[in-house]
Amino acid sequence: MQTTAAIQDKTPTDVVALFLTVAGIAVLALLGTAFTDDPAFRFHGYIMTALAVVALSAMTIGVSNGFFRSDQSKYADGVIRAGVIATMFWGVIGMTVGVFIAAQLSWPNIFYFPDAGWLNFGRLRPLHTSGVIFAFGGNALICTSFWVVQRTTKARLAGGVWPWFVFWGYQAFIILAATGYVAGITQSKEYAEPEWYVDLWLTVVWVAYLLVFLGTLWKRREPHIYVANWFYLAFIITIAVLHLVNNAVIPVGLLEARSYSVFSGVQDALVQWWYGHNAVGFFLTAGFLGMMYYFVPKRVERPIYSYRLSIVHFWSLIFIYIWAGPHHLHFTALPQWAQTLGMTFSIMLWMPSWGGMINGLMTLSGAWDKLRTDPVVRMMVVAIAFYGMSTFEGPLMSIRTVNALSHYTDWTVGHVHSGALGWVGFITFGAVYCLVPWLWKKDRLYSNALVEWHFWIATTGILLYITSMWVSGIMEGLMWREYTPDGFLANSFIETVAAKHPENVIRTLGGLMFLIGTIIMSYNLWRTVRMPSRADASVPSSTIPPQLQPAE
Amino acid sequence: MWKKHEKFERHSLWLIIGIVVTVSIGGLVEIAPLFWVESTIEEVEGVRPYTPLELAGRDIYISEGCYNCHSQMIRPLRDEVERYGPYSLAAESMYDHPFQWGSKRTGPDLARVGGKYSNDWHRDHLINPRAVVPESNMPPYRFLASQDLDRHAIQAKLQAMRTVGVPYTDEQIANAEADLLAQVDPYASQTSDLRRRYDARVNQGDFDGDPTRLTKLDALIAYLQVLGTMVDFRTYKAEDPENMR
Repeated sequence: MQTTAAIQDKTPTDVVALFLTVAGIAVLALLGTAFTDDPAFRFHGYIMTALAVVALSAMTIGVSNGFFRSDQSKYADGVIRAGVIATMFWGVIGMTVGVFIAAQLSWPNIFYFPDAGWLNFGRLRPLHTSGVIFAFGGNALICTSFWVVQRTTKARLAGGVWPWFVFWGYQAFIILAATGYVAGITQSKEYAEPEWYVDLWLTVVWVAYLLVFLGTLWKRREPHIYVANWFYLAFIITIAVLHLVNNAVIPVGLLEARSYSVFSGVQDALVQWWYGHNAVGFFLTAGFLGMMYYFVPKRVERPIYSYRLSIVHFWSLIFIYIWAGPHHLHFTALPQWAQTLGMTFSIMLWMPSWGGMINGLMTLSGAWDKLRTDPVVRMMVVAIAFYGMSTFEGPLMSIRTVNALSHYTDWTVGHVHSGALGWVGFITFGAVYCLVPWLWKKDRLYSNALVEWHFWIATTGILLYITSMWVSGIMEGLMWREYTPDGFLANSFIETVAAKHPENVIRTLGGLMFLIGTIIMSYNLWRTVRMPSRADASVPSSTIPPQLQPAE
Repeated sequence: MWKKHEKFERHSLWLIIGIVVTVSIGGLVEIAPLFWVESTIEEVEGVRPYTPLELAGRDIYISEGCYNCHSQMIRPLRDEVERYGPYSLAAESMYDHPFQWGSKRTGPDLARVGGKYSNDWHRDHLINPRAVVPESNMPPYRFLASQDLDRHAIQAKLQAMRTVGVPYTDEQIANAEADLLAQVDPYASQTSDLRRRYDARVNQGDFDGDPTRLTKLDALIAYLQVLGTMVDFRTYKAEDPENMR
């Protein structure tokens, strides 16, 4: 970067502050490692110390080479480029683990290793779920939100070096969480497995993320806050609230990895599923809707279909989602009034969900031909279609009588994956396919043909996955409740396990195809980055043409 | 009307307040009453805090991620009650921090697995599930049999549990380690202090078939063997108005 008036000459004070903070963490981690009696905590202490030392070294090199001096007149895109790379990296890892554990359920004699307990299903399953939700999805949300908030406010990211802190702090969270799972460090709350000290660290990172996002909104040079940012903001704030309440624990000791939830039994169950369902509602839905509300209109060059529908969609979605948690606890020891409330609001949730789907799909009005010509648009449209399908299936499964059959079965797994692979995966792929040429100043992607291959292989993979899980889920649900004419249970539990073998194999194949698609995409993106850049490589933000406005 | 929405679009503070208020209502209405409506948890006889060994076993159950495939929540449906036993009561998990109800049955429900199989069966099954159940796709846990149980924090664990509301007595906390060792002692007396402090029905003895060592497998089996055995269902009246929720 050349010297201009806007470039600071001295090392910025926020970099110094960050350096000192990380140094403090390094010392604390070292002391913790030295004095703990808990082997699990010591294991993590070594990792924390190593991460802090690497961070300090990197910052030292960065300061001495002037990497932290930045041109304030331009958008901060470096951290977004890093975010895109991290998204694809963790995506491949998380999906690979998913295929591996699917293979374990299909061929237990081949894929289990009696002497390597850390490769058992129970430890790898959280690695898969956190890997794809928080590492792949989380990085996608953070980097796209950084792009969207800058472009729709016409302001550079606030906070100097802090966006980079958010990025690297989040990667450190992922590494601590992932290594913890394989080492058996978990508090057993689904999608909130990391232990108390990792949760504390995530809280720090998340507050920094909120402040960077808000600070950019405060600097905006547009009078209105664009609709995509409402969704991103709701996602950031609500996830913070959910995270703090659901992870309220008492550690066994300050140098112990284990902690115990302050809630127990029935209360703990509802707090967990209030969290769990809204991790779906706000992490996997609201955040990715923010993505949809920017990248779909941008890519098809049409305004959002309806501004009023956006408003109704936003407020009704975030209001109703919060109530839906108890549908995970039908027929349990949770009082029935709570189950009924949860079911009622889950069914109501169908409407705002489809409102959002309609708003996204109808944005293509007048540009439907792009479905044929642009595989990236097709990917995003199929994502919205899967969003519509899984948000119909969800309310259906939340009905108590349906849930009596579907709960505890593979149907739930299939439902989650139609949302996760179809909606979250495809809308992210679409956004990243848009972002990479923009970020690396290329005219186009390396190969549209490879996008076609990705699209068709991954779509077939999703269909194999969800149809096999429908079949196995409904089959096992029916087999569990099947009676002989004499009035005895017809099947032992293990017979239902054995009966699912073909579907387990098909599911593994479907997941593998989805993974192959992601690998094709990574190759395509890597070749795109290596293509020669456009001439007009650096455009000052002030010259960027006006941004998206919703249609009236 | 639509014009009024401008307030939220032009002022980030209003947008934040709007979001916080909107997302708070549902959680407050659904969750808060569970802490003060007394009928949420039934009054039953027999539910007691876990012994130190069972608690250590429960921690292993959590670490190994058993909850990923096994529920501990029997629903009041005919087939489940016949397959697994009486449906689960809220009171049975009132000392479970965190709860272990689970969400998926890749394997069967474990809420009442205690006492259904012998310790030897559990040992053989955990070491190699397919040696006992050929069609099973459960992971093998041979390594638990060869690793010593780490009990350095057992007293702190009981203390932490008391902090979050489990009624461990001072005596139970002070004797945590002694009670843990007494439970795996094959020669412990029928009237040991452990049984006096917890319950006369506490399972004592060697669990993993190797009396010379205290392994993780000992603790895990001790935990599995107590699951669902605490409540005496002969004394629980489901039709009692107090228990109708």
